[in-house]
Amino acid sequence: MSVAFSESARREFDALFSRYPDREAVILPALYIAQREFGYVSGEAVEYLAGLIGVSAARIEGVATFYTMYNRKPVGKYHVQICRNISCSLLGAEHLIEHVSRKLGVKPGQTTPDGKFTLSTAECLGSCGTAPVMQVNDDYHENLTQEKIDALLDRLP
Amino acid sequence: MERVLTTHFADDRYRHVDAYVETGGYSALRKALGMPKEEIVAEVRKANLRGRGGAGFPAGVKWGFLPKDLSRPRVLVVNADEGEPGTFKDRLIMSRGPHLLVEGIAISSFAMTIHVCYIYIRGEFVREAKILEEAIGEAHAKGFLGKNILGSGFDLDVYVHRGAGAYICGEETSLINSLEGKRGWPRNKPPFPAAIGAFGLPTIVNNVETISDVPWIVANGGERFAAMGVEKNGGTRLIGVSGAVNRPGVYELPAGVNLRDIIYEHAGGIKDGKELKAVIPGGSSTPVLRPGEIDVAYDIESMARIGSASGSGGVIVIPEGACMVRALMVLMNFYSHESCGQCTPCREGTGWLAKIVRRIEEGKGLEGDVELILDVCDNMMGRTICPLSEAAVMPAQSFVWKFREEFDRHIKDQKCPYGNKF
Ligand SMILES: Cc1cc2nc3c(=O)[nH]c(=O)nc-3n(C[C@H](O)[C@H](O)[C@H](O)COP(=O)(O)O)c2cc1C
Ligand code: FES
Repeated sequence: MSVAFSESARREFDALFSRYPDREAVILPALYIAQREFGYVSGEAVEYLAGLIGVSAARIEGVATFYTMYNRKPVGKYHVQICRNISCSLLGAEHLIEHVSRKLGVKPGQTTPDGKFTLSTAECLGSCGTAPVMQVNDDYHENLTQEKIDALLDRLP
Repeated sequence: MERVLTTHFADDRYRHVDAYVETGGYSALRKALGMPKEEIVAEVRKANLRGRGGAGFPAGVKWGFLPKDLSRPRVLVVNADEGEPGTFKDRLIMSRGPHLLVEGIAISSFAMTIHVCYIYIRGEFVREAKILEEAIGEAHAKGFLGKNILGSGFDLDVYVHRGAGAYICGEETSLINSLEGKRGWPRNKPPFPAAIGAFGLPTIVNNVETISDVPWIVANGGERFAAMGVEKNGGTRLIGVSGAVNRPGVYELPAGVNLRDIIYEHAGGIKDGKELKAVIPGGSSTPVLRPGEIDVAYDIESMARIGSASGSGGVIVIPEGACMVRALMVLMNFYSHESCGQCTPCREGTGWLAKIVRRIEEGKGLEGDVELILDVCDNMMGRTICPLSEAAVMPAQSFVWKFREEFDRHIKDQKCPYGNKF
């Protein structure tokens, strides 16, 4: 099966190449585009990017697996990532992780059977002054309490 | 008190170019474009502007390491990776005053004859990356970036490049590999990036805050910037206070402000009226301090004198009643997760530290485990390509040295006296 990137994605690739003196520098941004288009970075997408950039699939694979933000398998519609580092932990993050885990019925690293939520723990999100913090897809949610998380997760369609 | 960066941060419009220009923004760029380049570098040197990314290297001196010949193009890389636990200041600049950074980039690039800049921003900062892209677009439209900036003949392009979730990519040579589309593995130094950096070109890597200070220095002079701080540490610092304080947040304070005042005056003291137990003063990689040690000026030299560091400006406050073994376990989990795996002492050492501290916390510590921690630390020092290994050792050693009795008690009682939670 071969992948089909959208017209706008292909235009983005072209623009990316003009930004760097070396074609390989587009690998990280290109992987983001693949993830946005298909929800995760599939083997087929890796093959396609390898052809586009002119490197081996193993070269792209090596990069995709090094970085934690590239999902190598499909994740839920909402990827809930709760910071477990020090400033968040001191203000109750461990308790919140347990709570969300119980609420969704999954452990960190798992996806709910309906495919709606994936729960993960995250390392410091660079937002320690508003701890505890979690990220849901691209958005940060700060100064969390159990009530705030419940209200937020219950509201998501 | 006079401030360099945050004066207008409460104003939502300030992140757009019109409001920024209304407050005098981009007049420093105009001034710089009419100055001899060496004079701009000289002002930065006079300012005693120390790198704000953690290592505190004098910015003006670093800029001077670029090779003299201009035959190879040079690159500026802004380090917006902000990965050091406890650090959250660059995010504030990027979201509230992105044009400070853009103007700083334009001035610094002009001074160093650089025509392309990449802002390497951590992947999670999606919102901040968008704000920066927008600010760059606005600056282009006004002629502050792009071709023939303000009619000076100087050209500069600025691109935002997103990381993808790896603490190690904050280390400058790892960051350069990542920018080139590789795994974030640190490189051996020398060669230093100023000689051979991104794409094989001479490269200067500076932190967001460092570069954002440059417009003020050009506008007001290096001497005035230097005078705001203390000897060898010019200007103000953005200090992020987190953990158990009443008013966590980022405070812009003169370099050399007293650490106790940061915690008790600015951040409002310890939460819930508790006593202070410990302070990690400059991001998670800096040695922990006991309450008796915090009457100290928060500048690089004074902190070094007491065996710690102001690092990246992240003050983490630990209250009485919090378990120090558990706190160290959280940190060691982090370092072992983030070791890039390239060097054996770091890969194995961080893994061992995490494992030993975890078993102590879980009530399964063995006699001799505390000595084992210190022994593992000894084997991790000075044997690796980059300082991540040492960044793990600093908290591990200092926690054990300063809170030894807590580790011993966990092992003796075979349980955590705090009930395995914070
Ligand atoms: C493991 C590790 C992580 C680092 N993370 C960052 C970071 O997130 N942001 C940063 O500016 N510097 C970071 N640094 C420091 C950089 O290597 C480099 O010293 C800095 O970007 C230089 O800029 P400055 O001189 O303006 O501080 C890190 C260093 C190490 C060893
Ligand atoms: S520790 Fe959670 S955001 Fe920094």
